[in-house]
Amino acid sequence: MRYLKKVLAITVKDLLLEAHTKELTPAMLVFSLIVIVIFNFSFEPGMQNADIITPGILWIAFVFAGMLGFARSFAKEHEQESIRGLMLAPVDHSAIYLGKTLSNLVFLFCVEIISVLVFGIFFNINIFPIIPGLAVVLGLATPGFVAVGTLYAAMAANIRLREILLPVLLFPIIVPVLIAAVKITGSVFKGQPLSDVSGWLNLLVAYNGIFIVVGVLTFEYVIEE
Amino acid sequence: MKKIDIAVFVLGILTFLAISLSLYMAFIYTPLEKTMGAVQKIFYFHLPLAWIGFLAFFIVFLGGVLYLITGSIKWDNLAYSSAEIGVIFSTLVLVTGSIWAKRAWNTWWTWDPRLTTMLILWMIYVGYLMMRNAIDNVERRAKISAVIGIAGFVDVPIVFMAIRWWRTMHPLLITSKGMGLAPSMLTTLFVSLASFTLLYLYLLLIRVRLGLAVNTAEEIKIRLSDKL
Repeated sequence: MRYLKKVLAITVKDLLLEAHTKELTPAMLVFSLIVIVIFNFSFEPGMQNADIITPGILWIAFVFAGMLGFARSFAKEHEQESIRGLMLAPVDHSAIYLGKTLSNLVFLFCVEIISVLVFGIFFNINIFPIIPGLAVVLGLATPGFVAVGTLYAAMAANIRLREILLPVLLFPIIVPVLIAAVKITGSVFKGQPLSDVSGWLNLLVAYNGIFIVVGVLTFEYVIEE
Repeated sequence: MKKIDIAVFVLGILTFLAISLSLYMAFIYTPLEKTMGAVQKIFYFHLPLAWIGFLAFFIVFLGGVLYLITGSIKWDNLAYSSAEIGVIFSTLVLVTGSIWAKRAWNTWWTWDPRLTTMLILWMIYVGYLMMRNAIDNVERRAKISAVIGIAGFVDVPIVFMAIRWWRTMHPLLITSKGMGLAPSMLTTLFVSLASFTLLYLYLLLIRVRLGLAVNTAEEIKIRLSDKL
């Protein structure tokens, strides 16, 4: 219980900081929208199988936006040298990891929700009947991605070439999440029930569990002043 | 020091003989496959290469775990050596697979689950090697490498499952190679597997020794610069 309080204290710190500066989430959102718009240029108008491609566009936008957010979440601690304070705090380092993961999760959820609404308008998809399905896929696919992303961002925080190495290291690892999320989203867009994709949902749950454990166990080795 | 030199030499000779035997068996001893002809011979090297790829990446995982537990740099050296060999072997798996696929499926590449998993695996460990080049601090590099080696290896079964499901939802899947192997082919395959395992061990041993020598040289350099 006290551990949870410490985790939440770190999350709240990040959320407050973001509420004051308002620099990260708007940037991630605009980036996500730009990715969606850019991909739109690769379509012919009235393309027959556009609905096969659209879920992929949505998730590529989220993955790109998320990656930028994760990188910032540690870069800003290093710029202000506040990472030293965090590490000196009388908490287990895994609490820092979970706190950061939670705040990144909140940021990415905000970006995802607004992106999906705008996406519905751009691609003429009626979002409102499929909100429950979308909530399930966003809710299950995002945590695993954020858990791995936060761990890898902590590693890449102060190595050379980090801007390039973070995606190079991160993207292959999150391939299962990406495939599952695209499959489920496609099925939701077609109005099929979630029971059709229960295998993919199980895969996401397993992935989330495995990589949150990996993150908690290994984070103390990769965090550095 | 003398004993290990002899061991490396003997292992080298054994590997040479075993690989020569596999070559003889693959190209002369086994009959020509009826439908695919000569290109089927790739199979005797492709499968052992893939096996060594997985074995090498498992050793990377193991070395990472042991490093994090013990903190001894020799385990990092083992993991790094194995990752280098694994990347070379999995590159060869992709190349030999492509050559075979061009003849058998008439395409250089297909998004078959096994191929795709191998490609993702290859990318994970190429990233691993690139990351190592980007960090100078020995201890920090070892820690991060260990975590990437662990996360990468844990990811492999999930990647394979995800890609298999992704493909099986499409009816266009190329059916399995399902061919009954003649006894001589099976023997050759096992000989080839054994000799490639020997080759892996030989390369690993040499590479680990090289890594140790590099570490020693670094230490000597530091000690000398302290004296100056």
